[in-house]
Amino acid sequence: MTLPRSGSAIAPAREAAPPTPHAAGGLCGREPSGPLAARWERRRAELALVGPVRRRRHQIVVVGAGLAGASAAATLSELGYRVRCLTFHDSPRRAHSVAAQGGINAAKNYGNDGDSVERLFHDTLEGGDFRSRESNVYRLAELSARIVDHAVAQGVPFAREYGGHLASRSFGGALVSRTFYARGQTGQQLLLGAYQALAKEQAAGGVAMLPRREMLDLVLVDGRARGVIARDLVSGALETHLGDAVVLATGGYANAYFLSTNAKASNATAIWRAHRRGAAFANPGFVQFHPTCLPAGEASQGKLTLMSESLRNDGRLWVPRRPDDGRCPDAIPEAERDYFLESRYPRYGNLVPRDVASRAVKAVCDAGRGIGAGGHAVYLDLTEAAGRLGPDVLRERYGNLFEMYERATGDDPLRTAMRIAPAPHYTMGGLWVDYELMTTIPGLFAIGEANFSDQGANRLGASALMQGLADGYFILPCTVAGYLAGTSLAPVAENGPEPRAARAEVQARLDRLLGLRGRRTASDFHRILGRVLWEACGLERSRQGLTAAMDEIAGLGEAFWDDARVPGGAGELNQELERAGRVADFLELGELMCRDALEREESCGCHFRVEHQTADGEARRDDDHFAHVAAWIPGAAGRGPRRLTEPLSWTFMTPVERSYR
Amino acid sequence: MNVALRIWRQADLGAAGRFVRYQLDDVSADATLLEALDGLNERLVALGEPPVAFDSDCREGICGACGIVVDGRPHGPVPRTTVCQLALRAFPAGATITLEPLCTGVFPVLRDLVVDRGALDRVVQAGGYVSVRAGAAPEASAIAVGHDTAERALDAAACIGCGACVAACPNGSAALFAGAKLTHLGRLPQGQPERARRAGALVAAADREGFGGCTLHGECQAACPKGIDLGVIAQMNRDHLGAALSAWWRRGRS
Repeated sequence: MTLPRSGSAIAPAREAAPPTPHAAGGLCGREPSGPLAARWERRRAELALVGPVRRRRHQIVVVGAGLAGASAAATLSELGYRVRCLTFHDSPRRAHSVAAQGGINAAKNYGNDGDSVERLFHDTLEGGDFRSRESNVYRLAELSARIVDHAVAQGVPFAREYGGHLASRSFGGALVSRTFYARGQTGQQLLLGAYQALAKEQAAGGVAMLPRREMLDLVLVDGRARGVIARDLVSGALETHLGDAVVLATGGYANAYFLSTNAKASNATAIWRAHRRGAAFANPGFVQFHPTCLPAGEASQGKLTLMSESLRNDGRLWVPRRPDDGRCPDAIPEAERDYFLESRYPRYGNLVPRDVASRAVKAVCDAGRGIGAGGHAVYLDLTEAAGRLGPDVLRERYGNLFEMYERATGDDPLRTAMRIAPAPHYTMGGLWVDYELMTTIPGLFAIGEANFSDQGANRLGASALMQGLADGYFILPCTVAGYLAGTSLAPVAENGPEPRAARAEVQARLDRLLGLRGRRTASDFHRILGRVLWEACGLERSRQGLTAAMDEIAGLGEAFWDDARVPGGAGELNQELERAGRVADFLELGELMCRDALEREESCGCHFRVEHQTADGEARRDDDHFAHVAAWIPGAAGRGPRRLTEPLSWTFMTPVERSYR
Repeated sequence: MNVALRIWRQADLGAAGRFVRYQLDDVSADATLLEALDGLNERLVALGEPPVAFDSDCREGICGACGIVVDGRPHGPVPRTTVCQLALRAFPAGATITLEPLCTGVFPVLRDLVVDRGALDRVVQAGGYVSVRAGAAPEASAIAVGHDTAERALDAAACIGCGACVAACPNGSAALFAGAKLTHLGRLPQGQPERARRAGALVAAADREGFGGCTLHGECQAACPKGIDLGVIAQMNRDHLGAALSAWWRRGRS
């Protein structure tokens, strides 16, 4: 018997992927065929392996060190690859995954409440309003349990029952309790698990961690991704980091809205630069507004603060029945309160998915029944639960959230109903990837929120952590091997023509930014872009609004290059230069977001076109014409972007009209 | 309200620094100190002057990026509050607020209020983890962990790595930081196999990086925005001593 050689597969190999496996106008997700439950197993068997000795010869560049990036970098290093991991933070522990609060989903069925891989798959696909790829979603549900196993083994201190077993709670869009948590700081704890795995691999010598580096361009050689150009944010030096594959794990772009729950520095530059080099950008208009955030207040406010969805386990949303009711919440008797989610959606009540909850909040506010400054907020009331369960129980569940709320507002949520409002939070759109998480550029992978993901048109709560870690710990390490084993790559030199040309382009752009001597700050442009997007490409979209917004954003983009001001030089720590570059990219991306929302003539999930709604104001999906992923590639010079599509089909379940009533 | 900010300005690592005073009029008392800095920076940029460099990201007190010494105290005067959550209403109207970088010998100043805290990462790299490979984990509930054990581990794991404890300590010690990691992992069953080695490695790494020794002043716990207390240092000392004693025992008590 002959053993398979390194590089060969157990199952009959697929045809080697040509650089562009996509038919004209269409994209192929390269899903395995066969029964859903066997697809990932089958693909894993098909994927070629790289032998342990040869792995050391491959360098992989990972950009971003949040949950997806850190878990991928650590796992690739465990396998024996050499990894270079870049982050713009001073330490990988600061990535924005750290701010995720409520929990991570896993199909464990510890609650004995009927949960299963099948049900998590079903909830996620339906929660995403049937705009995700079913094979990916199934794989995600399948891997969910192993993620929690691994996190526990790393020492993540999940909440426990008194008997010592894992505690769980419910999140929106689910009727089972499958969300595992560490108070309101689950993201922090999972990130520390991944960060510690990264530290372990740094100590072992497999990962070279490069903090305070920002990726500014992608290096392509023979059409394949072979490295990145990054700026050292302290010295300002441009660096070339070459490898045999490049992984982007740089998060989402909700900061295009200026005010969002994303951290201040979260940005789209890495994925946008990759897009400019040809990577298709899928569903850019799919942006999730999280229903429970602290309402925007002062003009000086720099960002919005999330209040975890988990609060909807015990909290009830309501507004006064009477418009413009000026009384404080305690003074409004029960009969004069409208628990609008419970009355409109009796089955799921306060635990409807985020898109549904956010729109319902907007509806009551538009009807003049919102509260607080501008009437944009509603009450999230935990006082009844505090009376029923006692404050200690609630503090243990949500302690740090209460502190955060009290610090920001001066109110104690156990005594007074919280005031909350929707805010941009998560972007389901992102770089298009196939089943193996590879973008349309061979050798360029995108994981976590940076890809267009498994979340469809709306992500369920506690699924972002799940997806980032499934990608990083379990999927990417297999699929990168498959790519490397099936590809022969010529050596590339730092001073080869392609890296040199990319560096020169980055330098030229930096020079152009530093040459801006106008009167306005980058933040000024960003604030206006945010307002335009919020109005036109927010909770509700219309043809008229989107068309006008595209013109306005295009004008804003021109004005930026005319009238912005960027002080300082290139060879120094220059945070304003960083900001200006990111805002310039947001201005381009903002236009594409509107274009995408305009072209999708249906309502689905977060994407609510006022022209397409049912009689009772719910989203009306159009599966005949829009059961596809829309992915945009840059057009030829002087031409607009081109819209490609990947058709979606469902073998396991028939798409239904979502109903949480 | 009106406030003045007296801010440490330093062009880069090698440059000499100095305090510069900026007057801010009509800022909202509800704005945070960092939002006031954002506002000041926009003003400076519009004038073509270099804005004040400072680290900050989540603005929710969880990422640990912001660490600024405010009126002599890391994260300022309000207990258990990071500087990104510190509202101006904590200061009297007309106050002059002094902002400095987290100054210890171990965190070099890169520019203005930005410091390099890489030494803390290197302490974790010495052994602040559980050595488990992806894919090797048993079922999550296979090992029962008591409710209170998990809660106490989480209390210690809540450390955000901001470095305030080091800056607050007269010795520049990282004992609270290292102790928090050792307590987090040392409380859980998953952390037991490497517990002794971890304690020795983290303490040695902190020494190597130039952090000072702990003499239990307690300034660290007063400065910690996450309320981590000296108990974690007691735990560290116990684990470290235990590790040293067992090594001595294995060597034949010589």
